[in-house]
Amino acid sequence: MTGTIGLYIKYVAIAIRAQMQYRLSFVMSAIGNLLGTAMEFLMMWALFDRFKTLNGWSLPEAAVIYGIVHVAFAIGETIPRGFDVFPGMIKSGDFDRILLRPRNTVLQILGQEIQFSKVGRLAQGLCVLLWGASALHIIWTPAKIALTIGAIIGGVCFFFGLFVLQATMAFWTIDSLEIINTLTDGGVETAQFPISIYRPWFRRFFTFVVPLAFVNYFPSLAILDRPENATLPALLSWIAPGVGVAFLIVCLQAWKIGVRHYCSTGS
Amino acid sequence: MRAYWAIISARFRTLLQYRAAAVAGFGTQLFWGLIRVMIFAAFYRSTKSSQPMTFPEVVTYIWLGQALFAMLPWSMDGDIRAMMRTGTVAYELLRPMDLYWTWYCRAIAMRIAPTLLRAIPLVIIAMPFLGMKLPASVGSGIAWAAATVGALAVGCAITNLVSVSLFWTISGEGVSRLIPVAVWVFSGAIIPLPLLPGWAQSVLYALPFRDLVDTPFRLYLGHIPACDIWYVLARQAVWTVAMVTLGRWVMARGTRMLVVQGG
Repeated sequence: MTGTIGLYIKYVAIAIRAQMQYRLSFVMSAIGNLLGTAMEFLMMWALFDRFKTLNGWSLPEAAVIYGIVHVAFAIGETIPRGFDVFPGMIKSGDFDRILLRPRNTVLQILGQEIQFSKVGRLAQGLCVLLWGASALHIIWTPAKIALTIGAIIGGVCFFFGLFVLQATMAFWTIDSLEIINTLTDGGVETAQFPISIYRPWFRRFFTFVVPLAFVNYFPSLAILDRPENATLPALLSWIAPGVGVAFLIVCLQAWKIGVRHYCSTGS
Repeated sequence: MRAYWAIISARFRTLLQYRAAAVAGFGTQLFWGLIRVMIFAAFYRSTKSSQPMTFPEVVTYIWLGQALFAMLPWSMDGDIRAMMRTGTVAYELLRPMDLYWTWYCRAIAMRIAPTLLRAIPLVIIAMPFLGMKLPASVGSGIAWAAATVGALAVGCAITNLVSVSLFWTISGEGVSRLIPVAVWVFSGAIIPLPLLPGWAQSVLYALPFRDLVDTPFRLYLGHIPACDIWYVLARQAVWTVAMVTLGRWVMARGTRMLVVQGG
């Protein structure tokens, strides 16, 4: 286990050094990422500016929801980025090399690529989250702090799981499945607004089939002391982060099945 | 002239081959459109006051935007970026054609071909099932079609400005990320400009991005009367000429200092 962590830290160090070789390009990418993702908040702000309220949610409340999912996605697309480029490895046959090494496949795929330019999204998400929280004068009890951090960790696991799932499908399809992007990028787009505003079928899909609502919506109900809490089981908000972790574990099991099923493209 | 036409048609036929990408793009556009319609629906439900655009107008606006998504100048030409990286741009300079217009022709094909593949199925779904409406009148439809051609001219000039910037940045990382932001926000592709605060509108109405989405789409809705088409076309022409002139000037400076790596 310590060897595994040590190896991962080495991968991270290599990735940082590699990206610092093109420092200007890195800075530009990070700023581009910041502006590109901050535009989403600009849109939210402009809509609230015109319509004032959204189904009983104010802008700062929506900002907390928005901030949690953006921070989670920023980390959740940085760490498993290797899984995102995995279909290319299947095509080129590079995955054979990974199988030959006496190390965990997941760890090695993670080491393939780590993109730190997503720090832009992280920064803007964090700013929006803190702004929303301070505008609402949330009283930060230790429990609420723990729940916020837990929600972010759960969200990271959720997006991590989706990337693993996408890569797993490549064992069968060889090609990359763009459709998962509607769940990752589309998931952020969806979850930056309270999930309760969507139509019932859509809401149910993102609660029971793909557990996106557990990333930020349910935890936020407790963090913000929203009235919806009264109609839901009291514990739901508090166990929500666990759903993300469970989702990742299920996806990793699917990955294992995929690895067993793998036969090389032979090129 | 014939050579440029050949470039457009050859690129066009090449790009029509990417059908799997078009299917994926169609699915993504549909999903994104659904989310956006639901978000706007929730906001419109939350207010009683009248808005500068009605909700059905916004729905049609969103689906029109999803259908014509690929026409916006939000990406750069990957082949041109590869040329800059590998140095094969030197061959391009040797050809007895004007480099700017060669790239402009590539841009035209790059915007039209994927749009055709995605727009037709999307409209077939969105018209009967998802609340997209026909143009407000025949006149509005014609005005929209004309303004869309103008939007293409403006969009390709923007695409070329991005391509030309590669003479300096090579990787294009920064520019390729900043241009889409400007295009999305300033053109009205994300939020119809009439819904923005007044001060933002007055700034954005002065910029060229507006002519990519805002003016053509509102002509379609009849939100801008069809008889204003001449004003819109004149705006688009002025911006196209201005950005083509700028692009050519920058390109001339770029080629003079160009150092081709490798051998």
